[in-house]
Amino acid sequence: MLNKSMFIKPRNALEGDGQSNAQPSIPEKLCRACPACKAALFSQDLQENLMVCPQCGHYFRMDVESRLRLLADEGSFAELYADLTTQDPIAFPNYEKKLAAARKATGRPDGVVCGTARIEGQETAIFVMDPQFMMGSMGTVVGEKITKTFEMAAERGLPVLGVTVSGGARMQEGIFSLMQMAKTSGAVLRHSQAGLLYIALLTDPTTGGVTASFAMEADIVLSEPRALIGFAGPRVIEQTIRAKLPEGFQRAEFLLEKGFVDAIVPRNEQKKTIAHLIRLHERRKEI
Amino acid sequence: MTAYERLCAARAKGRPTARAYIDHVFDSFFELHGDRLFGDDLAVRGGIAELDGKSITVVSIEKGEDTKEKIARNFGSPNPEGYRKALRLMKQAEKFHRPVFCLVDTAGAYCGLGAEERGQGSAIAQNLMGMMGLKTPIVSLLIGEGGSGGALALAVADEVWMMENAVYSVISPEGAASILYKDAGQVERAAEELRITAQDLLRFQVVERVIPEGEGFEAAYAQIRALLQQTMARLCAMDDETLTRVRYERFRKIGGLME
Repeated sequence: MLNKSMFIKPRNALEGDGQSNAQPSIPEKLCRACPACKAALFSQDLQENLMVCPQCGHYFRMDVESRLRLLADEGSFAELYADLTTQDPIAFPNYEKKLAAARKATGRPDGVVCGTARIEGQETAIFVMDPQFMMGSMGTVVGEKITKTFEMAAERGLPVLGVTVSGGARMQEGIFSLMQMAKTSGAVLRHSQAGLLYIALLTDPTTGGVTASFAMEADIVLSEPRALIGFAGPRVIEQTIRAKLPEGFQRAEFLLEKGFVDAIVPRNEQKKTIAHLIRLHERRKEI
Repeated sequence: MTAYERLCAARAKGRPTARAYIDHVFDSFFELHGDRLFGDDLAVRGGIAELDGKSITVVSIEKGEDTKEKIARNFGSPNPEGYRKALRLMKQAEKFHRPVFCLVDTAGAYCGLGAEERGQGSAIAQNLMGMMGLKTPIVSLLIGEGGSGGALALAVADEVWMMENAVYSVISPEGAASILYKDAGQVERAAEELRITAQDLLRFQVVERVIPEGEGFEAAYAQIRALLQQTMARLCAMDDETLTRVRYERFRKIGGLME
């Protein structure tokens, strides 16, 4: 998706992507450097290659719209609970300012998009976390919307597909963020007790309170290649053990080896893999 | 008292650890070891206790009293096998229809290589889901530090109580200060702004009860004993379906929002 800021000149620092545009340069929106192999890539080529570097295979983060386009049948996504906004439950200083910047950058009130969609024709409840909204952190809105999604799916007998990306619980909502871990876990459990399928697709990075709740509670846990998945972030671990972490630690391939991920699925196979898994669980009724 | 003063009290040397509560509140305690999968994490201490002739499963996070014990118990920061031991004992309690009492006191789940390798996130998540569906009453008491997901993994309960100087937070004030203010020194400010005290959480209806510590905790132990008897009697009278539904609703409404 082409970002609006490519055409509109930001009037202040909160608009645009938050980076200073004082120096004339090639706009990042037209051209991007691969952080892994340093190749200069046209954004359009990158988009067409599903945000995977055509040179080295590095996975760029995907915005919510691109993710939905990748996974849902065209025109089938119907958004739910789009207008929920946080009440700033602990009145945390400067939180409103941070929220305003994130809202400006993403055009939505908080960090997850929920709804229903068809995946190869199969009706599915879906939630996609937004890496651009305060690093996908979970506060009351994210917790409430994901809870509602599982409740709705349980009521309607739908499977749930959840795409996770998160730095963890949102500090600015204090204990209320922590409680969302328990709340979403309860919603996952009730959906599960109804005999319904939940597939999680973990993307880079999925950490903290999200890993320690609904990301790891799925019937089937899928991951993107090389995604960082863990409870503690790598820097926190390095500070705790006072040593460098080995290469590949907490990457998807490491979790697969240790037994915490069912399969690593490249982007160009995700839709067909997920559709296949949903179909496998549909058949159960016919036997 | 300021939030920071309570934080210091919660961490103070000589503050009673879970063992003191178990010794004073219950008539007997038989410790059970191991998660049956990997090992025995000494940061989590659990077993079966007696309270006025009734059996109750007790699961605690034990920080240890002297330096040697603190090291053995990893300063009360559990590894995944600790959380799995806790869940094993809770499932056992469910089987025998005895209630569960959790004593929580941790700076947080351990952030180490082995903890990540063995699935710290997965272990905590399994506890949250397992406790949410457990068909027997659960009461959790935060006695010192309630450090984030590592504390919540023993605090998905029908009632959550806090000692008057206990704290409960999504992140340590040190962590918040270094991330949010880029200044690890601003711990006092972070402690205040994060709203971590028992009094704050009672006001937010995140906990049901704050227990006064009094002089030397003696009166507190007696009160906990009496409260447990009353509360467990009331919760044990509920059928399983109602019990787990009310438990879910308890958490369901926290941070609930209207469209």
